[in-house]
Amino acid sequence: MTATVFFQEPNFINAAYIVAFSLFITGLAKLTSPTTAVQGNKIAAFGMLIAVVATLLNPALDGADFLLIAVGLAIGTAVGVPAARNVKMTAMPQMVALFNGVGGGAVALIAWAEFRQSHGDLAAELDVGIPLVFAAIIGSISFWGSNIAFGKLQGLISGSPVKIPGGLFVNIALLATAIGAGVAIMLGSTSEGLFVLLLVASAVLGNLAVLPIGGADMPVVISTLNAFTGLSAAAAGIALNNTALIVAGMIVGASGTILTDQMAKAMNRSIGSVLLGGFGGTAPAIEGGGSKIGGTVRSTSAADVAILMAYARQVVVVPGYGMAVAQAQHAVREMAKALERRNIEVKYAIHPVAGRMPGHMNVLLAEADVPYDQLKEMDDINPEFGRTDVAIVIGANDVTNPDARLKPDSPIYGMPILNVDESKQVIVLKRSMASGFAGIENPLFYDPKTQMLFGDAKASVSEITSELGQL
Amino acid sequence: MEPLTSAVVVAATEAGGSGSPLLTELAILILAAFVGFQVISKVPNTLHTPLMSGTNAIHGIVLLGGLVAIAHANGFLNRFILVIAIAFGTINVVGGFLVTDRMLSMFKRKPEPAPEPEEKS
Repeated sequence: MTATVFFQEPNFINAAYIVAFSLFITGLAKLTSPTTAVQGNKIAAFGMLIAVVATLLNPALDGADFLLIAVGLAIGTAVGVPAARNVKMTAMPQMVALFNGVGGGAVALIAWAEFRQSHGDLAAELDVGIPLVFAAIIGSISFWGSNIAFGKLQGLISGSPVKIPGGLFVNIALLATAIGAGVAIMLGSTSEGLFVLLLVASAVLGNLAVLPIGGADMPVVISTLNAFTGLSAAAAGIALNNTALIVAGMIVGASGTILTDQMAKAMNRSIGSVLLGGFGGTAPAIEGGGSKIGGTVRSTSAADVAILMAYARQVVVVPGYGMAVAQAQHAVREMAKALERRNIEVKYAIHPVAGRMPGHMNVLLAEADVPYDQLKEMDDINPEFGRTDVAIVIGANDVTNPDARLKPDSPIYGMPILNVDESKQVIVLKRSMASGFAGIENPLFYDPKTQMLFGDAKASVSEITSELGQL
Repeated sequence: MEPLTSAVVVAATEAGGSGSPLLTELAILILAAFVGFQVISKVPNTLHTPLMSGTNAIHGIVLLGGLVAIAHANGFLNRFILVIAIAFGTINVVGGFLVTDRMLSMFKRKPEPAPEPEEKS
């Protein structure tokens, strides 16, 4: 017996799958701790390689057109590798959304092809038909929902909530249409038009479900859709009798749900209220006509900020999305070094959802070699603001909004925030007076202790650093 | 929780014995769900994004579904759809793992806490 035959043993393939599962699980477990995360990702990737190779050796693939497979793999690699390599750190979240979307799209396409292959006769095999219809609906929702999430974060479509007239009812009607088409197919209809209707209704639902959700909630949305894609992959696995899809898909479906829940909790949001588009959609005070908040905004200069900080004992840097956009992290690190040379204590206050994704700021600051121990999570830093001389807010907005503590009718009321307003002086670096991603006014900017330094964050920070050098 | 888990194990064993593929698959599905729930317990906020990205790459396993399906696909359109599905799945896997790796490489190990200048002197 030759080696090829041995590798084609079904037991060998199943054994290879089991190895792959162990590697996925080990990899995921390691991904939950900072010290082992890099290794964990590599382990999971290695598991995937084993699963793919084992499948390619599968006798069920005998007679497959390997040229077509090669074409598919080549296109995917040619698109995926450069996309992952070249994406800016600031654009990571939308990249994840995009990668998640194509996964969901793949599931929907496979389901469609399988339907066509069976000539629509799914009623005979409900154990194939039901999971296939489920995979098609969820896959299609995930594909289109992720694309909208990408568009919002990339700024291709408005990040603020887009209100859809009759939103919830339209969505329910769309879901009912998709499920109805699926049921009709189960009951024996072989019309491909029905299956396409199911895909299209789910696609429109994916679009309409994400459009009304504000950009600030996008992390939760992407994570939800990530879990969805996992579930749809598991369903496709049942339809195709492929254990690898069932196990890996379901693990992602389950762990993705837990992760979504943790993310939502970090933002003091519930998954339900996010998905119903409550955020911003119900915000009363965003109507045009400018500021509803009295008081004046005072702007300052880099030189003044430098003087203020030079005589501080403790400076807390509060980074936000603006720092990411301006790529100011290295400049911030330089400023911190200049302060430390003056024996001023520098800490970084990291809000769990500062930026567009939890962990976004940590990634950027780590890139700039900011020591780990200076990065303080919200609960650790909040008691410190009271004895902080200068808090310097770099492109953060909603996560510093005191309305979340003080104003019960604010749409972000109850969201845990950084209590920046408790420090003795607040400097806010900002491009303009535009409101944050949640689309609400921030009274912090009108606080008498606050001074605004308008301009590009990176330029402003560099200027402060050079002013510090001249003092 | 514990009785539930053991029930699942019993179901898996019995389903395996009875030889009904659907039941076996459902048992596997439920066990995988438990693994998924357990493997993620407390994740530091910092790792939410990389972890999401990593799980995202893992569901790129749908690529295998495309491979299996194309083996028995007839007709131009079916094959065409599946080539796209394979390409999509590949993007999901390759891009997903690479992008996660890039995110995580930013978490460099903290440089040794500035060595106490000259202990000897």
